[in-house]
Amino acid sequence: MTTITPIDQSPKEQEVQHDLHADHRLFGLVAFLIADGMTFAGFFAAYLTFKAVNPLLPDAIYELELPLPTLNTILLLVSSATFHRAGQALNKSDSKSCQKWLLITASLGLAFLASQMVEYFTLPFGLTDNLYASTFYALTGFHGLHVTLGAFMILIVWWQSRQPGGRITSQNKFPLEAAELYWHFVDGIWVILFIILYLV
Amino acid sequence: MTITIPPKSNKESEGLQPKGFLRYFSFSLDHKVIGIQYLVCGFLFYLVGGALASAIRIELTSPISDFMPRDVYNQVLTLHGTIMIFLWIVPVVNGAFGNYLIPFYVGARDMAFPRLNAVAFWLIPPAGLMLISSYFINGAAQSGWTAYPPLSITTPAAGQIIWILSVLLLGGSSIFGGINFIATILKLRRPGLKLMQLPMYCWAMLGTSILVVLSTPVLAGTLILLSFDIVAHTGFFNPTLGGNVIVYQHLFWFYSHPAVYIMVLPAFGLVSEILPIHSRKPLFGYTTMVYSIMAIVFLGLIVWAHHMFTSGTPPWMRLFFTIATSFIAVPTGIKFFNWVATLWGGKISLNSAILFSCGFIVNFVLGGITGVALAQVPFDIHVHDTYFVVAHFHYIVYGGSVFVIFSSIYHWYPKFTGRMLNEKIGRIHFILTFVGFNLCFAPQHWLGMNGMPRRVAEYDPQFTFVNQLSSFGALLMALSTLPFLWNVIHSSFKGEIAGENPWQALTPEWLTSSPPPVENWLGEAPLVTDPYGYGKKQLQEQFNDLESEKQ
Repeated sequence: MTTITPIDQSPKEQEVQHDLHADHRLFGLVAFLIADGMTFAGFFAAYLTFKAVNPLLPDAIYELELPLPTLNTILLLVSSATFHRAGQALNKSDSKSCQKWLLITASLGLAFLASQMVEYFTLPFGLTDNLYASTFYALTGFHGLHVTLGAFMILIVWWQSRQPGGRITSQNKFPLEAAELYWHFVDGIWVILFIILYLV
Repeated sequence: MTITIPPKSNKESEGLQPKGFLRYFSFSLDHKVIGIQYLVCGFLFYLVGGALASAIRIELTSPISDFMPRDVYNQVLTLHGTIMIFLWIVPVVNGAFGNYLIPFYVGARDMAFPRLNAVAFWLIPPAGLMLISSYFINGAAQSGWTAYPPLSITTPAAGQIIWILSVLLLGGSSIFGGINFIATILKLRRPGLKLMQLPMYCWAMLGTSILVVLSTPVLAGTLILLSFDIVAHTGFFNPTLGGNVIVYQHLFWFYSHPAVYIMVLPAFGLVSEILPIHSRKPLFGYTTMVYSIMAIVFLGLIVWAHHMFTSGTPPWMRLFFTIATSFIAVPTGIKFFNWVATLWGGKISLNSAILFSCGFIVNFVLGGITGVALAQVPFDIHVHDTYFVVAHFHYIVYGGSVFVIFSSIYHWYPKFTGRMLNEKIGRIHFILTFVGFNLCFAPQHWLGMNGMPRRVAEYDPQFTFVNQLSSFGALLMALSTLPFLWNVIHSSFKGEIAGENPWQALTPEWLTSSPPPVENWLGEAPLVTDPYGYGKKQLQEQFNDLESEKQ
C-alpha cells in the first residue's frame, strides 16, 4: 500500500524548509572531476594506441629530456602538500598562516607553468611536426590549461580569504576545499601524464 | 488530498523571477520551468530536423540527384542527424522530463544545483542556432553526425568547426545536467525514502547520467583533437601525416554507443511510469528492472567497437564485442517482458499515452532484434553502411525514444498545463505516426539487405518504388505533426480542466496542484514508498478468493 505521510501545513515549517538542505557542492565537484578525468583518459588512451600502432615516421624528431619535467613533478607534489597545510591552518582558524600557504601554493603553480614554458621553447619539435609532437603538446597543453585555471582559483581564494567580512572561514570553507580538491586532481593527472609521456 | 492553505511566498525568489508566460524566456531556476524550456526548445529543433528529414526523403523519391545539389544533401543529412540527436532526443528525454519529474520523485523542492541547471539549458539554444546558421554562412558540416576523419578534415573547414563547437557546447550542457541528476537522486532524497522505493525513471536517469558523465568528456576530448587537425593542421587523425583514423572511431564510439542508451534508457524509465498508471497494475519486476538498467549501463560502456567491424578490427576484438553486444539483449529482454507482464491482465484504458507506449514496445522490439542481428560480424559486414543500419537506428530512436516522448507528453501534459489534451486528436496522431513510421522505415530493411548505401543522394533505379513507399511514410509522419501541434496549442487554452490527478496516479508529481506551485508542494513533501501500488488491494482479494476456492 502507498504510504503518504500527513502533510504539515504550518507556515513556520515551510519557511524553514526552503533553504534547509545539506551542501552538496563538493559532491557535484567530484562528479565533474570524474568527467574531467575521463577527458584525460581519452587522451591517454589515444596516445597509448598511437604508441602501439603508429611508429614514428623516419625523419621525425621526437626527444624528451627528463630534468625539467622531474622538477615540475616535484613542484606540483610540493604544492599539493602546501595546499593541504593551508586547509589545516583554516581548520585552526589561523587565517594568516592559511593565506601564507595559499600564496606559496599559487607561486609553486606559477613556477610550474613558467618551467613548462621553458621546456616548450627549448624542445626541438613544434606542434605540427609529427604525430608524437602533436600528442605531446595537446596532452601537456590541456593539463597546463588546468594548472592555469587552478592557479587562478587559488589566487581568488587567497584574495577572498583576505577580505575582512570572513568570506572564507573555518565555517565557510567550500571555496578553499573545492580549489584544493581540484588542485590535487590536477597534480594526480600530472603524475600519470609524467609516467606515460616521459618514463614509459 | 487537497491543500487549502495558500502558498507561502518566498519574497526573494519571486522578486527575481518573472511570472506568467515570460518566465519561460528567463534564466529561471525553477526545475519545472527549465523542464518545459527543454521540452519546447527541443520540439522546435525537432520541427527543423523533421523538415530536413522531409528534404532527404523528397530527394530520395527519384534515383537521381535532382531536388538539391549533392553537397547540400550531405549538409542536410549531417544537420538532420546532429539536430535530432543532440538537440531533440537527448535534451528532451533527459533534460525536459528529468528536470520536471526527478525533484518530484525524490521529494525535493528543486534540483541539487538550480543555477547549473539553468546554465545547462541556456547552452542549448545558442549551440543549436549556431549549428543551423552554419548552413547560411559558408555551408554546414558535410561529414555526417559521426564526423569521421579524413572526411571531416577534407570537407570545408568552417562548417565542420562550427559543428564541433556546437557539439562541444551541447556535450557540456549534457554533462552539467548529468552531474545535477546524480547529485539530486543520490543526495536530495526526502528523508525516509529508500533508493529501492524510487520510481523507475529515477533509476533510468541515474544510469543515464553515469553514462553521460563517463562517456561525453571522451567525445569532447576527441572533437578538440579533431579541431586541431582542421585548424592547426596537426595529424592526430590524418594518415598522410602519420595519424590514425581508427583511434578517432574508437574514441567517437566510446561516447556514441552509450549515447544510444543516453537516448533510450530515460525512455525506458518513462514507459515504466506510464504503463502501470494506465493499466492499473504495479510495475512488474521492479528489482529486475533496476538491475537490468545497471547491467545495460555497464555493458553499454564496453560494446562500442561493434560499430567498427569493417574498420579492420582484429578477430579477438570482433569476438569480444559481438559477445558483449549480444549480452545486452538479456537485460533489454527482461525489461521488455516486464512491460508486457505489467500490461497483462491490467485494466487498460486505451488512451493516447498508452497507445504510444505500446507503439514503443512494438517498434523497440523490432529495432532490438535488428540490433542483435547487426552485432553478428558476418551479417554486419554484409549490411554495414546500408539502409539496414538506418532502419535499425530509426526503429530505436524514433520508434523507441520519440514514441515515448509523445506518450509522455500525452501523460504529463495535464500536469504541465492543468488541462487535458484532446483524446480523439491524440488517437489520430498516434495512428498517423505509427503507420507512417513503419511505412517509412520497415522497407529500408529490405533496401539495406539489397545493398542500397546510406548517405548517398543517388541510388540504383531498381530501388525506386520502395524508396517512394518510404517517402510516402515520411509524408504521413510529417502530417502527423499537424494534429499534435493543434492539440497542444488549442488544449492549452480550451482543454478540459485536468485537476490535480486526472489519472489517479500514485507518484508524487500528481499529489500537488496542476501546474504545481513554485516549491512543488505547499506543505511538506509527501513520502511515497510504493509508487506502483495500483490495485494491490484487489489483487489480494482475488488471491484470497482463489485460496478459499481451493479449500
